[in-house]
Amino acid sequence: MLQGPVVIAVSFLYLALLFAVAYWGDKRADAGRSIISNPTIYALSMAVYCTTWTYYGSVGRAAVTGVGFLPIYLGPTLVMTLGGFLLLKMIRTAKANRITSIADFIASRYGKSQLLGGLVTVIAVVGIVPYISLQLKAVAISYDLIAGYPALVSPTGGHGPILADTTFYIALILAAFTILFGTRHLDATERHEGMVAAVALESVVKLLAFGAVGLFVTFGLYNGVGDIFERAMADPQLAQLTAVASGSRGYATWFSLTLLAGLAILFLPRQFQVTVVENVSEAHLKRAIWLFPLYLLLINLFVLPIALGGLMHFSGQGMNADTFVLTLPMSAQHEWLALLVFVGGLSAATGMVIVETIALSTMVCNDLVMPLLLRTKRLALNAERDLSGLLLSIRRGAILVILLLGYLYFRLAGDAYALVGIGLISFSAVAQFAPAMIGGMYWRGGTRNGALAGLLAGFVVWGYTLLLPSFSKSGWFPASFLSEGPFGIELLKPHQLFGLTGLDDISHCLFWSFAANIGAYVFVSLLRAPTAAEASQATQFVDALKTTRPVGSALWRGSADAADLVALVGRFLGPARAQTAFASYARRHGLADAERLEADADLVHYAESLLAGAIGSASARAMVASVAKEEPLSLPEVMNILDEASQLRTYSRELERKSRELEAATGELKAANDRLLEVDRLKDDFMASVSHELRTPLTSIRAFSEILRDDPKTALPDRERFLGIIVSETERLTRLVNQILDMAKIESGNAEWLVDEVDMNAVVEQSVATTSQLFRDKGVVLSLDLADSVPLIRADQDRLMQVVINLLSNAVKFVPVNAGRVTVRLAADAESLKVSVTDNGPGIRREDQKVIFDRFRQGGDAMTSKPTGTGLGLPISLKIVEYFGGRLWVESEPGQGASFIFTLPLHNQENGKSE
Amino acid sequence: MSKKILIADDEQNIVISVEFLMKREGYEVTVAADGEEALARIRAEKPDLVLLDVMMPKKNGFDVCQEVRADAALAGVRILMLTARGRETEVAKGIALGADGYMTKPFSTKDLVDKVRDLLV
Repeated sequence: MLQGPVVIAVSFLYLALLFAVAYWGDKRADAGRSIISNPTIYALSMAVYCTTWTYYGSVGRAAVTGVGFLPIYLGPTLVMTLGGFLLLKMIRTAKANRITSIADFIASRYGKSQLLGGLVTVIAVVGIVPYISLQLKAVAISYDLIAGYPALVSPTGGHGPILADTTFYIALILAAFTILFGTRHLDATERHEGMVAAVALESVVKLLAFGAVGLFVTFGLYNGVGDIFERAMADPQLAQLTAVASGSRGYATWFSLTLLAGLAILFLPRQFQVTVVENVSEAHLKRAIWLFPLYLLLINLFVLPIALGGLMHFSGQGMNADTFVLTLPMSAQHEWLALLVFVGGLSAATGMVIVETIALSTMVCNDLVMPLLLRTKRLALNAERDLSGLLLSIRRGAILVILLLGYLYFRLAGDAYALVGIGLISFSAVAQFAPAMIGGMYWRGGTRNGALAGLLAGFVVWGYTLLLPSFSKSGWFPASFLSEGPFGIELLKPHQLFGLTGLDDISHCLFWSFAANIGAYVFVSLLRAPTAAEASQATQFVDALKTTRPVGSALWRGSADAADLVALVGRFLGPARAQTAFASYARRHGLADAERLEADADLVHYAESLLAGAIGSASARAMVASVAKEEPLSLPEVMNILDEASQLRTYSRELERKSRELEAATGELKAANDRLLEVDRLKDDFMASVSHELRTPLTSIRAFSEILRDDPKTALPDRERFLGIIVSETERLTRLVNQILDMAKIESGNAEWLVDEVDMNAVVEQSVATTSQLFRDKGVVLSLDLADSVPLIRADQDRLMQVVINLLSNAVKFVPVNAGRVTVRLAADAESLKVSVTDNGPGIRREDQKVIFDRFRQGGDAMTSKPTGTGLGLPISLKIVEYFGGRLWVESEPGQGASFIFTLPLHNQENGKSE
Repeated sequence: MSKKILIADDEQNIVISVEFLMKREGYEVTVAADGEEALARIRAEKPDLVLLDVMMPKKNGFDVCQEVRADAALAGVRILMLTARGRETEVAKGIALGADGYMTKPFSTKDLVDKVRDLLV
């Protein structure tokens, strides 16, 4: 099944799917409904970091160095989790200045220098070319392998004529595909939503494919991770792989690889593209800082099992470990899995190639070709015509050239290194951006010349210690260059520069290149003070996270013509887009249309930032300068303006602090007001309840009084009955008024408490005596279960009687006539007295057990007839018990009677002002 | 034929007084002591007028009123709400729910009799 044509068809189908996703993403973006405005997609797009190097190469490296593949993922994990502030600063700066690439970033920081942007671009292209060739090599090898199925032959690759070389065609296909992907139209913001969506999808595909192989090897070929490691341990050579290499050389390697990878995640052009340029919202960073490291962890989970499993499986067959991921399923005749692996690898490669070459082509166009064209053919380009087509053509050409360069490197040096080795050469090149980038974001003193010197020095050392040796190793360059040094000068041996030995190639290069780079950057920067342009940009970059308006427009003085600016922007963005942009600017400033715009500093700044999005900040600066009459600002003037800006910043900080204080005060006031309203509402509820309770007996009293008054001849039995009702309703009213007053007094703290030694036995006995008539009337049996003697407590005897009487009369109210039983118990323990009144009435529903202690709430809803009483007895009893530091509660199961229980502490603080 | 009146109130003494008044005026009177009973009797007996207390167990007067008004078969039933809660909003709520009249307790017996007579014309 796995013949060449099938594999090719599947590959094209997959690429078509990606293209469809990208097309859809772009359409949605145009419609304003972004699909990539999602933190998970953002984090997945960052996983473009994992290329075929990870996909195939990690296993290869693990097969040689064991856990030595880990630093490549450790660095990014550390940077993501600890360096979020750095990423945030890069993102905010880039957005504020419409930065389109890392070259643009550095050029913009050091006074919008075209020279610097060009140098960064050259370093990036030269440095990344090996990395791209790595992807081509991996895809070519995997294709040759899978097309050779069922045979398992290690392909030789790259030695036949170019036209018969798979890799060459892969390079061309990828170039065509990237052109389709990234340069269908010119985007002023340099954002490619569709590309990001496709890359996020690819990240999922490669993770799934790799996971599938991992599971297959671990659980299909072997019996789980434990089995693999156990078998590997039995072989002393393999056992070595599971330990971290020891010795200073091992640690130096770990350190430099971790550092390199950490810098790569920040400064690789494709990472800068997805992390900074394509960032939709700073808030997405929050999820990415844990989700992306998690992705790295997942994709590395099965690296060691596959490596060890492969080494044992192919023991003695000399199979290249870089191919284990593919050859293991193939040797087990798992065609579908092999095909999935191939697609996963294709994913890893295309994702990297697309994003990387788009990022590089933007740089080449904006920072290399455009400045040269504008310089040499300024007159021709200034003619009135639309240049946006030219821009696109330049980018398309750049993509093709970059991929062909990658192929060229593959032909020249591709065989000498394993996948990982090639990748590290690129990482080391990209790391050269670190001093200029990080220094630029935190040190105002860095100058254009310093950055130029540092980058150049680092780049030269890198080329000498890593790039040239890679050519030399493949025999394209005399081998004596490596072993004896150029012209036999020992001190200049590229891998032991100035006699430095004991380090691996990468650490050695990192040491010397950073020494040269940082040294030159700092030394040259210190030679002279920053110029006006450098100082103003430095302020914007260093203070990016401080809350203030960008000072960009404050630093421009001169005169320009609005129509010229519109025409200028139109030449690069297309006239229609330019019209739209200026019209919306005019609307924002309250003008009817773009015709009325005045070419003030703000408008000039706006035009420049529009251009910067399309052609980079340095070229934009040059183009604006070509149509406006500018008066250069002197350094003292710039410093003055910046000072003013910083004073403004101080004021605005002060204002912000004040407004925060005000906000806090307002919040407190609002809370206080809410509390008052709540108190009011409670009082209102209380008044409404009181009103209702008073009006109810008054209604009967009034009605019967009027009946008797209007009709003196009412029959005698009726008359007696009505008068009886009037009297009992009057008594009810009196009781109610008394209890309301009692409640009010207790609540307001005006109640009188006669505190003395109280014997609770006596209190219970007297209460029982007082209510005994009620019990007799209803035929209820009352039994006492009292302790012989209880300690005296300090309390108000009358009040405690009030509580017990209330509980007793409640109990008698609810028990059945002639069958009721009520028991009163009194007991003491070391700390408190406990009184309970238990009845055999209907019980109280669980949901009512709390509310019956609220005022005017009776457990009546379940009963057909309303209980008599005021609804204040229990609330008052509760207040009294709580006053003496005790608790009052009910225990009841519906149908099983109820127990009202209260406790009083033996040693309350005197009379228990416990409230 | 005398008109039928249902008195729905959980206060026994108020029921006694209103029942006496209504019988004296010559109406036929039935009584319900809670909201559910009131609704059941309204459905069964189709009284001409309900004197409906608001605060009742099981189902309050507002709910009873609302259910009566939602039932087309009970369109002829008039409702006079009686309540000890005399706030404006409560009056408005009763009227909005479709009550024909509203009186606050305590009321003058003469007013009540007049109002009932008006509603039953």
